Amino acid sequence: MSDKIVIQLNGEERQVAASTLAALVSELGLEQRMIAIERNLEVVPKSQYASTPLQSHDRIELVHMIGGG
Amino acid sequence: MAEDIFRVGTYEFRSRLIVGSGKYKDFETTRNATEAAGAEMITVAVRRVNITDPGKENLLDYIDPKKYTILPNTAGCFNADDAVRTLRLAREAGGWDLVKLEVLGDTQTLYPNVVETIKAAEVLVAEDFQVMVYTNDDPIVATRLEEIGCVAVMPLGNPIGSGRGLANPFNIRVIKERAHVPIVVDAGIGTASDAAKAMELGADACLINTAIAEAKDECMMARAMSEAVRAGRLAYLAGRMPKRSFASASSPTEGYIWD
Repeated sequence: MSDKIVIQLNGEERQVAASTLAALVSELGLEQRMIAIERNLEVVPKSQYASTPLQSHDRIELVHMIGGG
Repeated sequence: MAEDIFRVGTYEFRSRLIVGSGKYKDFETTRNATEAAGAEMITVAVRRVNITDPGKENLLDYIDPKKYTILPNTAGCFNADDAVRTLRLAREAGGWDLVKLEVLGDTQTLYPNVVETIKAAEVLVAEDFQVMVYTNDDPIVATRLEEIGCVAVMPLGNPIGSGRGLANPFNIRVIKERAHVPIVVDAGIGTASDAAKAMELGADACLINTAIAEAKDECMMARAMSEAVRAGRLAYLAGRMPKRSFASASSPTEGYIWD
């Protein structure tokens, strides 16, 4: 195994190659989506995705908008 | 008549019908019904992206955030912390500061948990959110939420999705008469007359989802709601006649041919 790490992504364990949030977003193909990310319970501003490291066991919540009343 | 603007916080609207985007059979119907409603504001929910299928179509491919004011909600939150987290994420996702706070008490009634709602409202107002808050039809709680700094108070007409109309029109009236922020009847409206009634009582707007989304013809019901809200609003502004115990003839009571 190269340098993949295991994170908690939306409640599930997942192996990712990304080492920053920006890389994670592109690994998942979500660059064009209106999303928001919480890392270990803290919302991360989009401007900081590139500089925010992704570390083993990070708890990431990745959300978007869906229909609701 | 001068233009009748609906002001909420720093926002201004011409439409007094706010719609939800839940329960529709597909995104196209959501878009068409929203347009038919003449709505300018639409609620959305915040949920995890489905990581296994991230390319899937999204609501916002159909509801243009440049055209509509997106009102993120906290539906499904049962405590203040989750509600605050949810809206912080929503603000980061779209830059939206106007939000709908709802903290629910249990899954059977979906009645608001007022204690947690108040806690969340205090945090969100301190973080410069403009909070439209879903609550019970309790005038004391409504005043408290206004004092905290919420920009609109949204008492329920009846439980969410029940379509039962206004359980307590008197309380809606009392809440409106004491309020200095807009009052939006949220939840319970089942058909057009319910919306008209809410507006006649003085509600500043109605928030309607299920009654439109579950109608057989969603777009026609959206139009009906739009016209009902306008009719009710006009009747409220016009000032209704007093109710009397007995008849009062509409034609003159003199000049009869037998006199």
